Amino acid sequence: MNSNLFVVILASAIFYGTPIYFAALGELLTERSGVLNLGVEGMMLVGAVLGSWGSQHVGGPAWFVVLAAVFLAMIGAAAMGAIHAFLAITMRVNQTVAGLALTIFAGAVGLSSYLASTWKVAAHPATRPIRKLNVFGLANKPVVGPLLFNHTILTYLSWVLAIVATWYLFGTRQGLNLRSVGESPQTADAMGISVVRYRYVHTILGGALAGIGGACYSLAIVPTWVDGMTKGAGWIAIALVIFGFWRPDLTLAGAYLFGGLSSLGLTLKARNVHINGSILDALPFAMTIVVLVLVSSGWARRRLGAPASLGVPYEREER
Amino acid sequence: MKSPVRLERRLDQPRSLSLLVPLLSIAAALVLGGVLLLATGRNPFSVYQRIFERGFGSTSALRGTLISATPLAFTGLCAAAAFRVGAINIGGEGQLYAGAIGASWAAVRFGSGAPNGVTFALMLAAGAICGALWAGIAGLLRARFSTNEIITTLMLNYLAAIVLDYLIFNSRSYWRDPRSAGFPSGKRIPARALWTNLTIGGVEIPRGFILAIAVGFALWFLYRRTTYGFEVDVIADSPSAAKYAGIRTNRKILSVMAISGALAGLGGASDVGDFRHVLDAKGLQLAGYGYTGIVVAALARRHPVATVAVSVIIGGLTNAGYALQGPNFPAGLVGTLQGLILFTSVAGEILTRYRIRRVVGVATVLAAS
Repeated sequence: MNSNLFVVILASAIFYGTPIYFAALGELLTERSGVLNLGVEGMMLVGAVLGSWGSQHVGGPAWFVVLAAVFLAMIGAAAMGAIHAFLAITMRVNQTVAGLALTIFAGAVGLSSYLASTWKVAAHPATRPIRKLNVFGLANKPVVGPLLFNHTILTYLSWVLAIVATWYLFGTRQGLNLRSVGESPQTADAMGISVVRYRYVHTILGGALAGIGGACYSLAIVPTWVDGMTKGAGWIAIALVIFGFWRPDLTLAGAYLFGGLSSLGLTLKARNVHINGSILDALPFAMTIVVLVLVSSGWARRRLGAPASLGVPYEREER
Repeated sequence: MKSPVRLERRLDQPRSLSLLVPLLSIAAALVLGGVLLLATGRNPFSVYQRIFERGFGSTSALRGTLISATPLAFTGLCAAAAFRVGAINIGGEGQLYAGAIGASWAAVRFGSGAPNGVTFALMLAAGAICGALWAGIAGLLRARFSTNEIITTLMLNYLAAIVLDYLIFNSRSYWRDPRSAGFPSGKRIPARALWTNLTIGGVEIPRGFILAIAVGFALWFLYRRTTYGFEVDVIADSPSAAKYAGIRTNRKILSVMAISGALAGLGGASDVGDFRHVLDAKGLQLAGYGYTGIVVAALARRHPVATVAVSVIIGGLTNAGYALQGPNFPAGLVGTLQGLILFTSVAGEILTRYRIRRVVGVATVLAAS
């Protein structure tokens, strides 16, 4: 039952969708504050390399090593987010270009690769990779086992975060403030909400979440360091925010769709289904374009649009 | 949050800043990179000295630098051309691959029979058309469905890389050399089709680079001296005003995207004709010319002629990175420096539009009076 193709594809969709979801959720919070950060890929890679380093250099019991590695990944990627926040919010630089700069600076041939070669991270696999758990001993139960009870701790964390983020955005005062900062910073400012503080906090928070996403790759999925190992997941995460209409719940569904598409090749190969590898490789990227075209049509755009001030720097003196 | 300084809009932009700011941007990026090198236990002066020597220190270094600069000039022009109409084309990478695919087909197909000049023209045409078509997909989606071109051009980069791998590694395509069994590679283009260099003062200047200079001036002329360029400027300033003035904005944006893609396609053609003489799937992907082109365009502040000039500086950095790669030179340093240059040049551009003022609190003013 659990080797049923459908169950396997769904389970691996969750496994491979988890890092994309962390990154997308971070970008969602950042964009809700009105800041567009295209540097997700770079932030994920910096998170991934710090996660790897932490796993190799921190001693102690396994749970502590994993915790420390993920924490380091969050710190590193949050620092990248802070660079973007400074340029986008304080310097009022064109956010698209600043985000691209962050991807080039931190990305596959940039800082992440520099740190990896300096620290010789690629020489060893993660000493304590994050393993899949057997929750309540139910991992082998038919269907529900692989789908619900046999994931890494990070997947369960992402489920908790999906609920917390939904509650935060739509059920708390701060969430309301955040959304108003993204929609109309002038109004929010007049209400006494600090636009600058909300934008800084959520841009840095977005970085920290992208860092967890990166750590998923270097600690759970691969789990060793390879330059550019996220392979475009950061960009797919940015597209997912649009696809999920800037809502944590819909974005989770989207992340699993893309997780499933990116793992489909591996799943089918394991079953000796022969399809040209290039076609399977192309699936997530081609699908992203198709999905973007669908959600940018008039119908979807009218229903639930982007934050009105997304990507627009805020200047108090100017209207 | 109170900040001790604030940015105040300048009423006029001093002309002297337009040369000073890019130079200061490079200097600032080198200082920041130096801090990183120091923090990781390296001597920044010796690292920079090695980069400078291998990038600009000899005629052979300059030759390699110009070869690296050529595709960067074209991808820089690609980014600059699209930005002019307010579109962000970060698909230069994929459009360059498409151009390389087209140009290598033309060279392999016609190169051994046709005279060099004819093959050259065919390679340019095929490269430009393939690049334009690849960019046209994103342009069409933006014009027809208003799909965000930033993400579509980027996804098309990944797709173009997959097409490259498919042609060389995953299929028996026209491009793949059937004799390369162990490690698949592309067919080499015939010797008659190779692009020749021009030697000035002992430095070999690739044919593609001379072409880039000509194309840079042509793009400048198109944008500054023709109705087409004027209409593009109007659309960039205000799409709605352009519509009321009777400019067909969608069609124009699509055509600018196609021009932009064609420019990157020419870069792909130059890579095949000047440098690798083969469709090198792995080499093209490792080079990342498209992304670096964005740095070039930003540092040149999107001026077409300046873009070609700046490509030599960034090309020198890239070339030194190739020449020095190995255990004694940190991987990723060149990309890090390029990213820093992009950071400092966009931050520098802000400083030409704003001035920094110290904030004087009301209390201080009252106390002083």
